[in-house]
Amino acid sequence: MKKLFGHPESLERIQTKYCAGCGHGVIHRLITELIDEMGIRGHTVITNPVGCSIWADLYFKFDSVQPPHGRTPAAATGIKRLLPDHLVICYQGDGDLAAIGTAEIIHAANRGEKFTTIFVNNAIYGMTGGQMAPTTLVGQKAATAPLGRDPVEAGMGYPIRVSELLSQLEGTRYIARGAVDTPANVRKTKSYIRKAFQAQMSGVGFTMVEILSPCPTNWGMSPVDAIDWLQNNMIPFYHLGEIKNQLEAVSASVPKEAAK
Amino acid sequence: MSVAEEKKLMKGNEAMAEAALRAGCRAYFGYPITPQNELIAYMARHMLERGRVFIQAESEIAAVNMVYGAASTGARAMTSSSSPGISLKQEGISYAAGADMPIVVANVVRAGPGLGAIAPSQGDYFQSTRGGGHGDYYCIVLAPKSVQEAADLTYLAFDLADKWRVPVILQADGMIGQMMEGVVLPPERPLDSLPKKDWAVGGMEASRREPNHITSIDLVPESFEKKIRARFERYAKIKAEEVRFESVSCGYDEMDVSGGTGAGTGTGTGTGKAGCSAEDAELVLVAYGTSARVCLGARKLAEKEGIKLGLFRPVTLWPFPEKELARVSANGKPMLVVEMSMGQMVEDVKLSTLGKCPVHFLGRVGGVIPTEEEVFAEVRRILGR
Amino acid sequence: MAKRGKATIDRDRCKGCYLCVRACPVKVLEPDTRVNSTGTYPSLSRYTDKCIACGSCYLVCPDACIEVFELEGGES
Repeated sequence: MKKLFGHPESLERIQTKYCAGCGHGVIHRLITELIDEMGIRGHTVITNPVGCSIWADLYFKFDSVQPPHGRTPAAATGIKRLLPDHLVICYQGDGDLAAIGTAEIIHAANRGEKFTTIFVNNAIYGMTGGQMAPTTLVGQKAATAPLGRDPVEAGMGYPIRVSELLSQLEGTRYIARGAVDTPANVRKTKSYIRKAFQAQMSGVGFTMVEILSPCPTNWGMSPVDAIDWLQNNMIPFYHLGEIKNQLEAVSASVPKEAAK
Repeated sequence: MSVAEEKKLMKGNEAMAEAALRAGCRAYFGYPITPQNELIAYMARHMLERGRVFIQAESEIAAVNMVYGAASTGARAMTSSSSPGISLKQEGISYAAGADMPIVVANVVRAGPGLGAIAPSQGDYFQSTRGGGHGDYYCIVLAPKSVQEAADLTYLAFDLADKWRVPVILQADGMIGQMMEGVVLPPERPLDSLPKKDWAVGGMEASRREPNHITSIDLVPESFEKKIRARFERYAKIKAEEVRFESVSCGYDEMDVSGGTGAGTGTGTGTGKAGCSAEDAELVLVAYGTSARVCLGARKLAEKEGIKLGLFRPVTLWPFPEKELARVSANGKPMLVVEMSMGQMVEDVKLSTLGKCPVHFLGRVGGVIPTEEEVFAEVRRILGR
Repeated sequence: MAKRGKATIDRDRCKGCYLCVRACPVKVLEPDTRVNSTGTYPSLSRYTDKCIACGSCYLVCPDACIEVFELEGGES
């Protein structure tokens, strides 16, 4: 009998506080699988801010820092500049990254900061009970948009495609958008994160992987229905794939370090 | 003190920057705001020259959070701003206090509230000593009165921050930041001589330790209360060991600059050896920073008229020298608190003296600096002379 | 020849989201009829003979409570 898939070493073996069917769990697992594969648990630091990801440090067996809401890229900047040989992960939700932290992510990306941002996009605010997020879709209902997001009459603005927005900044090198709805997409998303981590470890930045993730509780549906909703509503709007990939161009000029 | 070190003519802002560099500051993050722009400009040149980290951040908020991140790795990190920018940093400072992160924040104080003026003020005393951000916490607050003291206190700030794991605020009013005076700079600290921090993130493998999680969250009330009380026990120790002040003819026979390490700031003014003792001082001026410089001038004017004045100058605004002020008030002589504010430190003076002597107040605001003449005139009015 | 596999589920860490049930291409898994220690009906590897060790259940599981093995030789 050969074990093909098992619990990552770098992930704590305890039940998480995340809801049943929450995308955070899958993403945590992908990150820790990669850290195990790359053998870098001992020099990894993650910044996990306000939002459901505030719990992330309970589940990662490596160093972590909790910054204030939205300031995650700023804290990650400070950490990566002082620990340039470490893998630094800036782990954010849609409120943290695209609402209160808009300035911080744009400027960190613009400076080409060499940490990897993992952007968990579930089109809603989870921790605080389902308020509208910058990535909430038009017509989607939320606690602060009970009749649905209305950009016209109610002036609620439009959903923001953050990956496309940031890809225009010259300091960005690799931006991809994945999803954790199907096994195939989970594998693809892992490959995007792997590329981003490897780029970081060979001194390249700014890298980001946006990941479409279900929030069954605040979408008001079962985990299985949430996957259907994600596929039918989010994927048509937030296109999957590598939005920007300058890694081949950069790798020609940057000396490659063997992955440890 | 190195024999080779000579006195340089420097602007306060630049002296603070150079002192920070010599103290081993490895990372500086800031945003421009008058009247401290020379500090960030100096850092831009010299940090990069020394191979250290410098970023002009997108905002004061981003800057203080970069400091928080850098400090979490164990590095000495600093930011600077002026009053409105310090308002922006309050959340970051609260988080640093709540996570026990040593950070250094320089506030070159200008007149407020609001956009206000770029001229000097002491109107941020409440902001720095009463928390400023949310929650139960304090920062050590150091208030220089000269360019020399600004350099010395900046150098000290990093030691205090590391020793006690608290944010330290350098409260220099705009005048101190902008003026040029002679300064002898402290010696350069080799980076590998700085204290190691086993609580920091980074190097987990090398240190063979368990992961470090830097947080300020605790959702269990009883557990959180314990943490806060433990932090306040540390604050009690800081109050016992780190008070610094200068007293001139206030009932101390000689200049008394106390502090845990006996780290007198060596300003050399008012040694009290002019033959003035408590019995002679008819009134005690209480002031810090530029206001204290003005009061020293007023004291000279008064001396010419045969009126003996004392000066009590807090150097640590927190911990406030309450015990020492209480001793001074015991003789019942009136105090005149002089501030460039509508009356902030005067409340701490009243709390320290608890009615043992009359406490008067003179304040100028809006960027106006009180003159020696007007302070002396007020002294005369109080004394009826 | 198709792989033969086995999926084991940590019943008590399973939150009963059934994403694994949805993802399994050969319908090995279904909700259990017995609760676990938290009062949840976890997922159950019921039709074990059908398992092809594709790992789809593991890939979509948010709680990393599934392990997937490949059976070798005459194992079952």
